[in-house]
Amino acid sequence: MNEATGESYSDLRDDVADVDKVLLRLYIAGQAPRSVRAMENLRRVCRDHLPGRYRVEVIDLLENPSLARRDEIVAVPTLVRTLPSPVRKIIGDLSDTERVLAGLQLASPEVAR
Amino acid sequence: MNEDERPERGEARRNASGLAGPLKAPTGITGFDEVTGGGVPRGRPTLVAGTAGSGKTLFGLEFLVRGIVEHGEPGVLLAFEESEDDLATNVASLGFDLPRLVEEGKLFIDCFRLDPADFLETGSFDLDGLFIRLASAVEAVGAKRVVLDTVEILLGALPDSSVVRSELGRLFRWLKDRGLTVVITGERGGGDELTRFGIEEYVSDCVVALDHRVRNGISTRRLRVVKYRGSVHGTNEYPFLVTADGIVVVPITSLGLTHEASHERVSTGVPALDAMLGGGVFRGSSVMVSGSAGTGKTSIAASMAHAACERGERVVFLSFEESPSQLARNMASIGLDLEGWSDRGLLVVHSVRPTAFGLEEHLAQVQRLVEQHDPSLVVLDAMASLGHVGSRDDTSSVVSRDLDLLKGRGITAVMTTLMHRQEEEVSQVDVSSLVDTWILLRNHESNGERNRLLFVIKSRGTAHSNQVREFVLSDTGPELVPVFLGPDGVLTGSSRAAQEAQERRDRQVEEAARRRRELEHRTRRAETEIESMRRVLQAERAELDQLLEAERSAHEQAGGRAEQARLRQGRGTRGVTP
Repeated sequence: MNEATGESYSDLRDDVADVDKVLLRLYIAGQAPRSVRAMENLRRVCRDHLPGRYRVEVIDLLENPSLARRDEIVAVPTLVRTLPSPVRKIIGDLSDTERVLAGLQLASPEVAR
Repeated sequence: MNEDERPERGEARRNASGLAGPLKAPTGITGFDEVTGGGVPRGRPTLVAGTAGSGKTLFGLEFLVRGIVEHGEPGVLLAFEESEDDLATNVASLGFDLPRLVEEGKLFIDCFRLDPADFLETGSFDLDGLFIRLASAVEAVGAKRVVLDTVEILLGALPDSSVVRSELGRLFRWLKDRGLTVVITGERGGGDELTRFGIEEYVSDCVVALDHRVRNGISTRRLRVVKYRGSVHGTNEYPFLVTADGIVVVPITSLGLTHEASHERVSTGVPALDAMLGGGVFRGSSVMVSGSAGTGKTSIAASMAHAACERGERVVFLSFEESPSQLARNMASIGLDLEGWSDRGLLVVHSVRPTAFGLEEHLAQVQRLVEQHDPSLVVLDAMASLGHVGSRDDTSSVVSRDLDLLKGRGITAVMTTLMHRQEEEVSQVDVSSLVDTWILLRNHESNGERNRLLFVIKSRGTAHSNQVREFVLSDTGPELVPVFLGPDGVLTGSSRAAQEAQERRDRQVEEAARRRRELEHRTRRAETEIESMRRVLQAERAELDQLLEAERSAHEQAGGRAEQARLRQGRGTRGVTP
């Protein structure tokens, strides 16, 4: 999403098949403690569980309120998995790693397939 | 109340009278603003709770649309149940063009699709997404009104309801702080609770309950103002309808008995009936024409409608039993050209089977027709048909509301009611105490005929005739003829005609007798005169005779004296003999 102004980071290896790539979008509200925690937790989850196959876009709703409508955001923080489809959403500061992985159905590449 | 005087945050609210009281934001919903004395509390949330399909969403939408169109207050709708397209489609039939208002930047619709599967909780969260979306929407259109429909869905969809509850508390504070007039809809719970999720705990200013019942196969929607802090409000259950013009709340007796009584009398179109009523019925009064089947109730009502049209006044004729063409044909047969008045736009005939709708629909229809056509006379023919729809009490209450509605606008109301048993001077719809004039029609059976009798049972403020008249439907309209009291009671129809003929003959005989008596009298008088003249003449003659007699005797005496003298002379001068 080009209109997103939030930071984005990724670790995508070229040899990873498209179906194994995970595109995530994290919606936060400024520097609220919950948002800061969510960003930290997501970085950790991606590093530990999705090496080489993720790209994360962080969207600050305080700066881009209209983007909240695009992904039907009500709760903050919300993490949206845009790929692989279908789109999945989980809410909260992502402190419960097991639930994050279960929610994103990303326990391992094999499971995702 | 001053519309421009928007309350600022934390500032004391004062109304026009200077007393502190909630400022109100008119909803524009027909009847609701009357019931609440001006609308919902301005700058505060109002909860509209109701069962499924009771019209909550429509209430909210109408509040927004009328706010924009009629009061220039832009609005935001947060829809949690329907998509924008669904909303637009659902209200397009009511003449609300949501897409246009959105395009003009006066309305902002944000639809929330909440899928519980999306709300897997992985740690603490809040509803900043909702706040941010709401804030940006309010800012985008400069909203003064907000509708949350139905925000409590969040409580069911999101995993941690304690978080949602505290977030909703924050939401309402946020809305109040911005002075937004808010309508929140809530789903009615199964038990006594007002809403399923107890959302009323956040709304302390105004709570409106909507209800949708189906009784005897007829659906009725009702509205009640459960609470309204700091404001007088009607506490009744008000029927309301979803009409082609949106929601119509039908205040039961919102007008009270303050209507101005007119002294002007209007003709019923039947001169003899006008005479019985002391010149006609008062303008703006209510007239009930009751009678059993086929007594001519509709004809009297049509005659009054006809008379009003002849005066150039507008009339609404609500027929619950006949179609407009049927009515026109039937009335044409007694010389009342209703079709002509319809063509000239003075008469509106509206036919509807009351069973097709509920009683409230009927009321709203009356209200709508009255607003559209501004008539001076409304005919409701026949009220008893309404009795098929609801209970007797319901019907009476509807009729009294009809009458209030019409009276309050100075419209003459004519309603016909059917009575099954003639003897019973109790109308099917028991509103006889409410009407000003009650005309009773009754069939009178005798000599193998049925004839119609007309009574004026009551007429307020009128020295009305206590006499019975025979009511005849001729091809020049209804007429009244005096009835005859025969040895067996009133005589009507052919017996009346026979009686009339008899009386005519009797009158002729009587006339002859009278003339004979007069002639005899005059003869006698003439004879008496002749007699007296004769006596005068006789007296004169007698007097004359007496006079002549006296003259003669006098003369004779004189002659005697002369003789004596001559005799005396003759003794002296004999020889002279005459």
